[in-house]
Amino acid sequence: MAPATSDKAMTCRKLTKRFGGFTAVDGLTFDVDRGEIFGFLGANGAGKTTAMRILCGLSHPTSGEATVAGFDVYRETEQIKANIGYMSQRFSLYENLTVVENITFFGGVYGLSRPEIRRRSEALISTLGLDNEAATLVGALPVGWKQKLAFSVAVFHRPQIVFLDEPTGGVDPVTRRQFWDLLYEAAASGITVFVTTHYMDEAEYCNRISVMVDGRLEALDSPANLKRQFNAQSMNEVFLQLARRAERS
Amino acid sequence: MRQWLAFIRKEFYHVFRDRRTLLILFGMPVVQIVLFGFALSSEVKNIGIAAFDNAHDAASEQVMDRIRTSSYFLVKPPVRSYGEIEKRFRDGSIKCTLVFPTDFGAALGREGLVQVQVIADGSDPNTATTVFSYLSAILAGYAGELAPTHRAAYQIVPQIRFLYNEELNGSLNFVPGVIALVFMIVATALTSVSIVREKELGTMEILLVSPLKPLMVLVAKAVPYLLLCIVNLVLILLLSVFLLKVQIRGSLLLLFAESVLFIVTCLALGLLISNRTSSQQTAMLISMMGMMLPTLLLTGFMFPLENMPWIFRIVSHVVPSRYYYEITKAVMLKGLGFGHVWRETAVLFGMATALLLVALKTFKTRLA
Repeated sequence: MAPATSDKAMTCRKLTKRFGGFTAVDGLTFDVDRGEIFGFLGANGAGKTTAMRILCGLSHPTSGEATVAGFDVYRETEQIKANIGYMSQRFSLYENLTVVENITFFGGVYGLSRPEIRRRSEALISTLGLDNEAATLVGALPVGWKQKLAFSVAVFHRPQIVFLDEPTGGVDPVTRRQFWDLLYEAAASGITVFVTTHYMDEAEYCNRISVMVDGRLEALDSPANLKRQFNAQSMNEVFLQLARRAERS
Repeated sequence: MRQWLAFIRKEFYHVFRDRRTLLILFGMPVVQIVLFGFALSSEVKNIGIAAFDNAHDAASEQVMDRIRTSSYFLVKPPVRSYGEIEKRFRDGSIKCTLVFPTDFGAALGREGLVQVQVIADGSDPNTATTVFSYLSAILAGYAGELAPTHRAAYQIVPQIRFLYNEELNGSLNFVPGVIALVFMIVATALTSVSIVREKELGTMEILLVSPLKPLMVLVAKAVPYLLLCIVNLVLILLLSVFLLKVQIRGSLLLLFAESVLFIVTCLALGLLISNRTSSQQTAMLISMMGMMLPTLLLTGFMFPLENMPWIFRIVSHVVPSRYYYEITKAVMLKGLGFGHVWRETAVLFGMATALLLVALKTFKTRLA
């Protein structure tokens, strides 16, 4: 068992979570490299959410070990929370706050100073091309822009890892593609991206993909290797082959 | 601290951008004060009255003149038979009749003692009671005036005097009740809805994975509403004093301290509701049906608790507003000090502590 080294953003060893007699997460073992885009796939009920809760420091595992950003998931949940970003499938900004107010709020929540927030938010707004919308209520922005903004806010405090829980739900493939450009930029700057998705075109964009079935990790490799391994044309086929093994619905 | 300020600023943005919240927050207390203070006054004025004058003498005329000059009554054309009384009650033109016996003036002059009959429309018991006490007062005044010129009569006439609220100003009693009601709505309903809204929208997840401690999220949610409630308290007190002419007899500081205690109790209730519900509608429904109705019915400011069936009286002991209402009445209207309300204060304090503890314990750090 290799100890956590600095080039690993995340390590899991036999991570298990039981609820009574039900094993939601069953002996997960994997590592995520720094700056990697790591896809976390699985049908509904496969245990993705439970695993993600543990990795985000919201829940303790029943057994096994895991570190996130070098911090232990049992003892150092506070440090984990300070070093990760999070964006969910549901739209995660406040619609009746303006673009700047949202940025300022989340910056404040992560403890950034006012001048720091101002400096970074000016840079962010011009990068996103939102100069004219800085004082617009977020609710009035188009969905694609909201999602880009939500991601930018999730990495605003420069976390080591950002967790994305089905971030592009309800968005067309073109907008998804633009969104993924942002993920690549973030990964290039050293932020590890941990993303769950239901869209297989998105899965293809990941550096590596893991597929959970019935609480266990059934596959873990690059999209190309997985397709070869399962003798499949697309990630969709790979996913379906794996999902059919599921015994619990 | 920086995190707190960021959070609290955000909450205020929410409140001030939501017209509905603002309306509930500041419109409701004003409307309620005005409604309870003026429209729902228990004072009765311009009651239709008619004489059934079998005497037709100077004395009966004098009595009717006195009634005519009082602002409470509106003297209508006299009735001539008992049958007509009922007819006029039914068409609503009069609410009561004063029946003079044939020898009214003569008997009064001879014996100094005479009986008149008051017939009032009992279908409206409050008015009937009020009519009776007004008429008694007018008759007693008339008899008292006659006394020096006639033989001294040995009569015992009760002189009723209401302490603390001598003019029987109905709004006096309502003000503490309205304050309780407003806090119940603002503190309980708005707080629970504002937390559940974050759950519904999904922003609660973001807050939970942030370094904010769950406890801090709850407290930061409650603080703005605590401040807004205090603003509301000041608003209601100002309205009461300047618009309804209610005098605050007791210590303003004590009133404030007790109010803050009650607000905290309501906030804790709101937090508890928000922990147990996942949709804004449910939270609103529970706060409104579960909290407002008991506040209205079982606090004692609309319906006296003493007259309720025992089961309601027992239930009323768990309604926090009941204690707050007692405290406010004692401090505001009677000018009593802490020594007289410490029991109620202790109960409220116990409730607030218990509710807060349960709310914090049940706050789930659930994701999705």
